[in-house]
Amino acid sequence: MMETLFEIQFPAKAERLCLIRDLVKRTAEEAGCCSELSDRIVLAVNEACMNVIQHAYQGDELGVIILEMLNNDGKLHFRLVDYAKPIDLALVKPRDLDDLRPRGLGTHFINEIMDECDMGHLEEGKGNYLEMIKKIS
Amino acid sequence: MNINTEDKGKYTVIGLEGEVDLSCSPDARESILNVLDEDKNLLVDLAKVSYIDSSGVASLVEGYQTAKKQSLKFGLVGVSDAAMSVLKLARLDQVFPIFDSLEDYEKQSS
Repeated sequence: MMETLFEIQFPAKAERLCLIRDLVKRTAEEAGCCSELSDRIVLAVNEACMNVIQHAYQGDELGVIILEMLNNDGKLHFRLVDYAKPIDLALVKPRDLDDLRPRGLGTHFINEIMDECDMGHLEEGKGNYLEMIKKIS
Repeated sequence: MNINTEDKGKYTVIGLEGEVDLSCSPDARESILNVLDEDKNLLVDLAKVSYIDSSGVASLVEGYQTAKKQSLKFGLVGVSDAAMSVLKLARLDQVFPIFDSLEDYEKQSS
């Protein structure tokens, strides 16, 4: 059975990420994750929020992000929604780790940590979504 | 995040403390590049880093690449478990020179 653990809407500001990390870590541990696993989940969710702030809203701090965390029988679901312009999905890809560049690690972290990821556009081009699933038991 | 810079003569140590995330990684990047602009070898002390994200790691990568271009030494020292797990995830633990301590660096540099 799908249980909503929390749903939060927050401004697309880097300063808010600390708050989101604390919330995700506490909730993941309450759902049964060990500290090490919750830290990795926090990293992935933080990177996903960063991608929205930097690439979808491109620094526009008036933007908002909605983050929902659910537990579906031992699978944690994370759904992020933004109302920025639809992003070019073809550009969202992890960089080759052998190609040493300062950017592009966030998507690699998400793919490494999460079991499933799906992203797309909201209806009528109203924004973007990202869904991530992590099996915890 | 706090940033402490200490000139040790032959090299400079930048100590990062706390959470290195998107809200403060531009400050870390600026401090790192400023030291390298002065043609100083640089060690970044990550012993007190409790969290680092890809933006913080990007600052370290940029520092490493800038130092290499300028033929300067760049390394990480006393990397915390939290920072090391992120570096390993990016496989950068095999790229950056990493030292247990300043004494370890000095021993290996002499």
